Amino acid sequence: MAITYTSGEQVEVYRFSIPATILIPLTAVFLQAWLPLRFPFFTIFDLPLLVTIGFATARRNPLAGLVTGGLIGILQDALTHQPIGLYGISKTVVGFGASSLGIKLDVENSGARFLLTILFYVVHEVVFFLIARGLVSLHMEWSWTHEIWSGVANAILGVLVYALLDRVKQRT
Amino acid sequence: MDVLGRYRNLIVLVGVLFAQVLGLAVQVKRTTDGESTHLIRIWAVGAVTPLEKALGWVQTSTGNIWHNYFYLRGVRAENRELKQEIERMRLEQARITQDADQARRLQALLAFKEQFISQTMAAQVIGSSGSEQSRSVYIDKGERDGIKTDMAVITKDGVVGKVLRVYRSTALVLLIDDQSSGVGAILDKTRLQGILRGTPAGEVVLEKVMSDETVPVGETVLTSGGDGIFPKGLPVGKVTKVVPGSDLFLNIHVRPAADLSRLEEVLVVTKIDERQAQPDQSTAMRAVDILAERLPTVPAKTDANTDGSGSAGTAQPNGAAGSTPAPAGKPKSATGGGTTAAAVPKTGTSNAAPVAKKPVAPPLTSGATGGSSAVPGAAKKPATKPMTPAIDPNTKPKPQPPVQDTPQ
Repeated sequence: MAITYTSGEQVEVYRFSIPATILIPLTAVFLQAWLPLRFPFFTIFDLPLLVTIGFATARRNPLAGLVTGGLIGILQDALTHQPIGLYGISKTVVGFGASSLGIKLDVENSGARFLLTILFYVVHEVVFFLIARGLVSLHMEWSWTHEIWSGVANAILGVLVYALLDRVKQRT
Repeated sequence: MDVLGRYRNLIVLVGVLFAQVLGLAVQVKRTTDGESTHLIRIWAVGAVTPLEKALGWVQTSTGNIWHNYFYLRGVRAENRELKQEIERMRLEQARITQDADQARRLQALLAFKEQFISQTMAAQVIGSSGSEQSRSVYIDKGERDGIKTDMAVITKDGVVGKVLRVYRSTALVLLIDDQSSGVGAILDKTRLQGILRGTPAGEVVLEKVMSDETVPVGETVLTSGGDGIFPKGLPVGKVTKVVPGSDLFLNIHVRPAADLSRLEEVLVVTKIDERQAQPDQSTAMRAVDILAERLPTVPAKTDANTDGSGSAGTAQPNGAAGSTPAPAGKPKSATGGGTTAAAVPKTGTSNAAPVAKKPVAPPLTSGATGGSSAVPGAAKKPATKPMTPAIDPNTKPKPQPPVQDTPQ
């Protein structure tokens, strides 16, 4: 079945080739680790999160979304000195949520992608904050202003990233 | 069965989350750093760092080609400035050596032990953790280069952090602005000790200093050596803000001396020697010696030019002046000696005047370091001893011009 139907509306499902599925997340994690050294402001972006949302909304498969999100998050965790699972859990939730929402909403236009990215960025940060505070006892400060502005910045970058992902995705 | 099929996605989500939370709890519970996650980290680092190394290499090579072959504008002027800087620093070093030697003598008397950085290894920063909550960087040296955990990492400006994890060809360095880092620190002038910690916002704060203490803004913070990782006396940063903290302690905000957001190359301290302080036995070159070296040299007079009476007025080889022809007899040299010697800030007894015997010689300034003259050989004498006048015993001493301090 190539096409799913929700509320009478036709929703297209895409897939990515195996090289793209492996290399794009790897590149995102690599850039996330490398660019802040050259451009310190880049730490406000979360490129792996944008790739997770991009993959999840294109595939529209919650299982694939949560697995992709979980793996990307664990890879990201492994590069830090903190316990593995902080990003893993956060991105699992985001991957599941984005793909579930992708079934119900039209996420092909830039406006919807923009808003979706802000929403899931905040969700990601909330989950991360709760786990870090509750489970790992990290001292973290929450600032709505910072999170919203970071969400907007990520959403702007996200629109560009999704446009790039559109070029490599394949219709099933 | 139908229910399971209907909520399959949700059940899988809960299962995956549960597994991850469980894994996280296991890692948090373990006190030693996780052997359980070691393999995952090795894979992740192995997947990402080769790319970072390659990019770093390309960047360095391109930069070297540009800077070493194409962009050489202003190198001559820069070279001139650097030479002047070296001269200035040699003088500074000579002064500091005197102070250090004195300190060593005192330490030796008290049987103090000193820590010396005896070996470092240069490493290039190739990547970061990519997370605001984990302030750490990767360097391109690892286990096979002799890097071990808990080695101090510094730059020429100051302390950077410590090695946290070591992989085969890379290592993870925890920066001092990470909230899980801690550095034993001491304030330079007030000598108050505390613990330097990072905050979640990426600031560096000196903790455990009592609130009744006065800490001036701008004071330098050094490592205290109390943590057993960083040798004592390395610059950490400067105090930027002092605010009352909780529990009777101050929160002293510190700006790190090293720019932690733009690290390119670092030094890993691979060996620290600890030995009892011993005073320097070698004859350290003093500031006045260096100044004397800079004086224009005067060729030694041959016997044919002298009148045989030995009263030429130039320095004779004697115990004080040594065998170096003293420039004091020449007006130009004497002037140079006087003015330059005055530039040395150390004070001492004035005993340089007898060097200049000729009336034509302008007055010399008072000796700078221990009153030694600008005569290079004479400068080697101990500072407290008055210098033997360079007078021929056969000649009658003439009245000397008055000694005068002429600050430059």
